[in-house]
Amino acid sequence: MRNTILVFLVTVAGTLGEMSVGRAMKDIGEVTRFTPRAIFRVVLQSMARPFMWLGLLLMAVAFFSLLLLLSWENVSFAVPVTALSYVIAAVGAKFLLREEVSGLRWLGVGMVVVGVSLVWAG
Amino acid sequence: MPAVHTLRTKTFVLIALMVLFGSSGDVLLGKGMKEVGKLTAWTLPALFHFLLPALLNPTVWLGISCLLLFFLAYMIVLSWADFSYVLPASAAGYAVVPLLGHLFLGEAVSPLRWTGVAFICVGVVLVGNTPPSTTTLAPAPAPARSASHAPAATGS
Repeated sequence: MRNTILVFLVTVAGTLGEMSVGRAMKDIGEVTRFTPRAIFRVVLQSMARPFMWLGLLLMAVAFFSLLLLLSWENVSFAVPVTALSYVIAAVGAKFLLREEVSGLRWLGVGMVVVGVSLVWAG
Repeated sequence: MPAVHTLRTKTFVLIALMVLFGSSGDVLLGKGMKEVGKLTAWTLPALFHFLLPALLNPTVWLGISCLLLFFLAYMIVLSWADFSYVLPASAAGYAVVPLLGHLFLGEAVSPLRWTGVAFICVGVVLVGNTPPSTTTLAPAPAPARSASHAPAATGS
């Protein structure tokens, strides 16, 4: 039960957090200039976005949940967690961010999930 | 289609930066934390004796700097590219780390790991072949964009 909650927090909170950061950046709009000044301005703009802070908060929750999980479970526990994150990310991107996740992209995500699991397990 | 071409190019460059800074950050942080040692117990004194040397360790700071640069590249690429494009594509890092470990540190990589590296490479190439951005018609950007760009244009 304890592990289930933590795995849920790591994967779902982590993915929602990254999606919030993505949403904040989409609201700012495409970055077209890459001078240090322009990038600094983008960082400042992002900090004025509530979605950015929500994202950072959720990512922090996920990070500390993972630390907690790995403090009493074997590192191999990170395998299903990482793999699951990619699947949740693709589902979330499709339904919450309304991205077009094509068959090819799903296939790619599937290969990445298998690959990451094997690298972790190996 | 020059617009799509440059979009793809800058997406590739930023994901490459993410992979570079993300993997070196992970490796440096891992190396630094191994020098520091293990957290012995979840008590305040133990936490203090663990965190203090960690925060004084230059390798740890180098790792943290790399991870901050990773996050900056991540933020920038997400300003235009799909989340479902960037995330699986940046998994290339999981393939790069064993590869670099094998080439430069002479680390042994098990056949299972090599299989995983191969799967990741194929997956990244497949995702990379889809259009990086599919949400140009999303409701959010249009009004927010003109509002946030107007002061920036006059300010520069």
